[in-house]
Amino acid sequence: MTGAVPLNAYLILSAALFVIGVIGVLIRRNALIIFMAIELMLNAVNLTFVAFSRFLASMDGQIIVLFVMAVAAAEVALGLAIIIALYRNKESIDVDEINLLRG
Amino acid sequence: MEWLVFAPLAAVALATAVSVIVLRNPMYCALSLVGTFFALSGLFLLLQAQFIAVVQVIIYAGAIMVLFLFVIMLLDVGHEPPAWLRRDRPKLVLGMVLIGLLLLELAVAIGSRVSQGIQGPYTSEVVNAIGNTQLIGRLLFTDFLIPFEITSIILLVAIVGAMVLAKR
Repeated sequence: MTGAVPLNAYLILSAALFVIGVIGVLIRRNALIIFMAIELMLNAVNLTFVAFSRFLASMDGQIIVLFVMAVAAAEVALGLAIIIALYRNKESIDVDEINLLRG
Repeated sequence: MEWLVFAPLAAVALATAVSVIVLRNPMYCALSLVGTFFALSGLFLLLQAQFIAVVQVIIYAGAIMVLFLFVIMLLDVGHEPPAWLRRDRPKLVLGMVLIGLLLLELAVAIGSRVSQGIQGPYTSEVVNAIGNTQLIGRLLFTDFLIPFEITSIILLVAIVGAMVLAKR
């Protein structure tokens, strides 16, 4: 356990965080928590970008991370507005009760 | 030496990420998510991405989490119904199988050692000589100018959309 941390350590950590996010999206009923799990996945991907940027000596990854953050901010603003609109209509943010799109 | 910084930060990131999806109270979940963001910010510092690390704290732990906490308090959903798992059990099992496959696929992809690409010009000596922030700014306004402008349109659409949705 000495020396520099290899790229694979970052990739494994990032994959683990991403999978935790996927599990959160699939099992939770609270729409807000599902949203947080989506943020978790975005952050896991950001870690991959920055790790590759460092180990391949390129700045592209860090700049893409900035764009990901901008898109995440826009997504959160819109998603939370949708959740508030849903709560006004149905008095609930339980995704098991919000099935208007179900055929 | 790097491991001494990496291991605790990775452990904190994983532990707080698990508690985000396990805890009942949405408020605690949001606070755990802040912990994840700070741990990842430390990892970005370790990867010599100083600007990204600071932006991570300001945008994610600052702006986005304030929005989340604001909505949690506004909706008063602090007491989620006891059953927090999805009700549809067959689909839940199917989802778990798919997660297992995803994990397997990621493990194979990471283990297969194809992740060696062409080295770019920005080694850490070059970056440290110019400065991380200055380099990002220069690239953002030269090579990445069009994506940068498109980002501003995305943010404008998000502002207008959020206002339209919230007004109804």
